[in-house]
Amino acid sequence: MLDNTLRVETPEGIDLLLRPAGLVPRALAFALDLLIRGALLAALGVAFALLGKFGMGVGALLLFIVQWWYMVLFEVLNQGRTPGKQWLGLHVVHDDGTPIGWASSLTRNLLRFVDMLPFGYFLGSLCCLWHPSFKRLGDLAAGTVVVYRESNISAPALPAAEAVASPLPLTLAEQHALIAFAERHSTLSAERRLELASILAEALQVAPAQAETRIHSIARSLVGPA
Amino acid sequence: MKQSQFETRHQAEWQTFDETLAALERGKGNQPRLIADFPAAYRRLCQQLALAQSRGYSMRFVERLQLLVQRGHHQLYRHRSPLGGRLLGFFLGGFGRLVRAEWRYLAAASLIFYGSLLGMAGLVLAFPELVYSLISPEQVAEMEAMYDPDASRLGRFGERGSADDWVMFGYYVMHNIGIAFQTFAGGLLFGLGSLFYLLFNGLIIGAIAGHLTGIGYDQPFWSFVIGHGAFELTAITLAGAAGLKLGAALVAPGRHTRSEALRVAAATAVQLIAGAILFLLIAAFIEAYWSSMTYPSAPVKYAVGALLWLLVGAYLTQSGRRSHAAE
Repeated sequence: MLDNTLRVETPEGIDLLLRPAGLVPRALAFALDLLIRGALLAALGVAFALLGKFGMGVGALLLFIVQWWYMVLFEVLNQGRTPGKQWLGLHVVHDDGTPIGWASSLTRNLLRFVDMLPFGYFLGSLCCLWHPSFKRLGDLAAGTVVVYRESNISAPALPAAEAVASPLPLTLAEQHALIAFAERHSTLSAERRLELASILAEALQVAPAQAETRIHSIARSLVGPA
Repeated sequence: MKQSQFETRHQAEWQTFDETLAALERGKGNQPRLIADFPAAYRRLCQQLALAQSRGYSMRFVERLQLLVQRGHHQLYRHRSPLGGRLLGFFLGGFGRLVRAEWRYLAAASLIFYGSLLGMAGLVLAFPELVYSLISPEQVAEMEAMYDPDASRLGRFGERGSADDWVMFGYYVMHNIGIAFQTFAGGLLFGLGSLFYLLFNGLIIGAIAGHLTGIGYDQPFWSFVIGHGAFELTAITLAGAAGLKLGAALVAPGRHTRSEALRVAAATAVQLIAGAILFLLIAAFIEAYWSSMTYPSAPVKYAVGALLWLLVGAYLTQSGRRSHAAE
């Protein structure tokens, strides 16, 4: 397929499909996290200024936690998602699709410091644009990748049609194509459907105008009795 | 079997699996009733997905199963052993073994750090003006005020009372762990960043030590730093060693590709950093609560400091020697 899907084989012999997230959504997620951290620090600053010297000590500790551990804590304890990533539907996983742990999260977030060099994530952005799975340097070292978190896919209903067996034997890819056409009929315009279906009219031994209904019928029969 | 038959036959099973997943994802999957069947259900699902793919069922249908499998994979291959136990085992035995296995990097980092520290201290003792080439006169004056033998408390925040130990603790944690993290991360620049921070910190500390010794503040300075220095300086060299390991993997990846070598090195290096973090927390504690005290006499401080250095040495060389100790 012509996309940047990352295929990962699991121990069960199944391919997982991971969709790596590119520079822009990742930058947006980071900006959002930055805002949240800024707000947190401001709130903490006000709260602890009121507490005096004891507050200063606690404040310094909390500052340290927010600065260095915000990302790590969220990633490990919240299924690989910081609030920013969650908002944009991203999460970070290991290269093999397994959930991120303490060691790899710590690695990728400590090495952020180098990604930021010489200013404003320059090295990280370069690396992200160059790498086929959009990894920054920290991701390379930690063996992690930021991917889209798929939401539930609902299978669309096939258009109503009488089931008719295909007049000629079909390969798996051809079966896929016919069913996919039927499943996507509601997203295509009538002209486009006619145009696509008429390509097959001759092979299916029908007039170009009937080709679409015929494909729906064959798809129906391939999927089975409703 | 046609797709729709297949779908109707297993629909209920997938529904249950989906509900279990949702519970696990919310972190509420602790009920044994819920997870007893989970691995088996997951592997059945994998088999069904493989069947669906090989039978050429529709793309969207296969994608739906794939998503379920993906979520299941994410829950099944999750590390759930309690963190506390793992950390304890690591610090009781694993860390010592790790440091001994990586002693070359630690030796290199120590050589650079202590070499520049002692060299600079010696130079500043011999040529006192040299301190101003590294540190601005205002900062030197500040240092002198901190370690003035007449002061009641030592170190940064010295002019304040003991109620501020907390402030100091917080400050030291912030400041020192930040330095350690930078020293480590700099290793990603082919080791140059780590080299820079090791050298830079060595030179600065050396210059201050040389200067304060030169002007006769040696007793307050050395008795202040010797205690927490055991943990703090060791932690800096540990962070440096971790950074150098990253750098070495990039410069000389051996039989791996560079990215593969980096991944392998980083997995070890981050454990060194975990140890360094522990050391720095201990150091911050000692620095805030013990080093800043002035009523124990200098000899007591030297004795305790020497003891702490011995403790660190013994921990790094001896812990985890007996097999089965930590496991």
